[in-house]
Amino acid sequence: MAVREGLLALLKEGPSHGYQLKTAFEAATGGTWPLNVGQVYTTLDRLVRDGFVTSDEADGQKRYTITAAGREELGGWWTAVPGDEPPPRDELLLKVLLAIEEGPGHALDVITRHRTALTRLLQERRRATPAVDHDGLAGALVAEARVTRAEADLRWLDLCEARLLRARTTTTIRPTTNGDHHG
Amino acid sequence: MADAISPAASPALELREVVKRYGTGTTEVRALTDVSLRVAPGELVAVMGPSGCGKSTLLHLAGGLEDPNAGQVQVGGRDLSTLSAAARATLRRTDVGFVFQRLNLVPSLTATENVMLPLELEGVPVREARERARAALVSVGIVEQLDRFPDDFSGGQQQRIAVARAVVGTRKLILADEPTGALDTMTGDAVIELIAGLPAATGTAVVLVTHEPRYAAWADRVVFMRDGRVVDESSVAPPSFPSRAVTGAAR
Repeated sequence: MAVREGLLALLKEGPSHGYQLKTAFEAATGGTWPLNVGQVYTTLDRLVRDGFVTSDEADGQKRYTITAAGREELGGWWTAVPGDEPPPRDELLLKVLLAIEEGPGHALDVITRHRTALTRLLQERRRATPAVDHDGLAGALVAEARVTRAEADLRWLDLCEARLLRARTTTTIRPTTNGDHHG
Repeated sequence: MADAISPAASPALELREVVKRYGTGTTEVRALTDVSLRVAPGELVAVMGPSGCGKSTLLHLAGGLEDPNAGQVQVGGRDLSTLSAAARATLRRTDVGFVFQRLNLVPSLTATENVMLPLELEGVPVREARERARAALVSVGIVEQLDRFPDDFSGGQQQRIAVARAVVGTRKLILADEPTGALDTMTGDAVIELIAGLPAATGTAVVLVTHEPRYAAWADRVVFMRDGRVVDESSVAPPSFPSRAVTGAAR
């Protein structure tokens, strides 16, 4: 999990206490990634165990310091890039694919509903922008990430819709309207 | 201007059960089927949908450029089908402003002359038309080189000039069909911000056809179309952002 690398990145700035790290992590992520103190200490314990961090005690408080191995580990994280990833597996994708199995009409309904919800999210974001000003750059970038991801999902939904509509016009040349059902 | 939003006022645009067909028999295409849409004065409505969904047809009907086969189109409370051709042309000139994706400006006229055009057709004296045109250009951020020709301006500036021409006078309804289609994202953002600010600044209603969700998000209401029908709508409470644009005027 990226929390581990996040803590290493913060410790590279200098030794720190657990609670300070929690606060710094939350500030750096624009308040969108809250951590509980327990999670911070568990992660720090593992980093100590793996030799990426050392701890010493001063005034009854544990202070953490990054090691050379920790710096190397962090360096590897910065340079790692997404490689050949498996196909995306998210709920929206799954839902649309399964809806198509059930029928194009149902799929179009699912697309419509999701598109409306994502558009509403964009409308709300557009109106909320001034409110996140106090979070500074991190907050603004997090807000932008939500907007651009919603846009990407919308673009994909548009594509699904266009393909479904095209498939419909090319495959259903004559809809069966004579009502000969042999159910 | 404050009472422009009052629900008692006639809608700036109202479509009632509108049907539009092209062709006949086996080649018949239904562009619009039972489309109803109400746009209040001072409201910005975005219309989205895949190509061929009927959104451009909807704008053409709203602007009186085409007639529906059934149903009613009202602009400012007036049923377009009851108007003579001349009255309808006048309405298009005085009450409705159009902004298209491209070819908005007359290349042989200067920026100012382009914006003056609708006023002159209306019979506004040249001097006054010139002053109002210049004021409109300034309001869209075109403050210099007002006597240069469209080609001397960037794409974004040309679109601003087109917006100025669409709003000059006292338009009740602005119809914008993919006004950012030919622009890059940053320039498109600026043009949309300008168009989205019109309802608050002037009380005009705007119908914005776009395929860009980020632009549609400026609207309080987004209407989704497919196969010539309205299939859904996303409404949010009017935002607080226009206040900065109108506070000056409201005092």
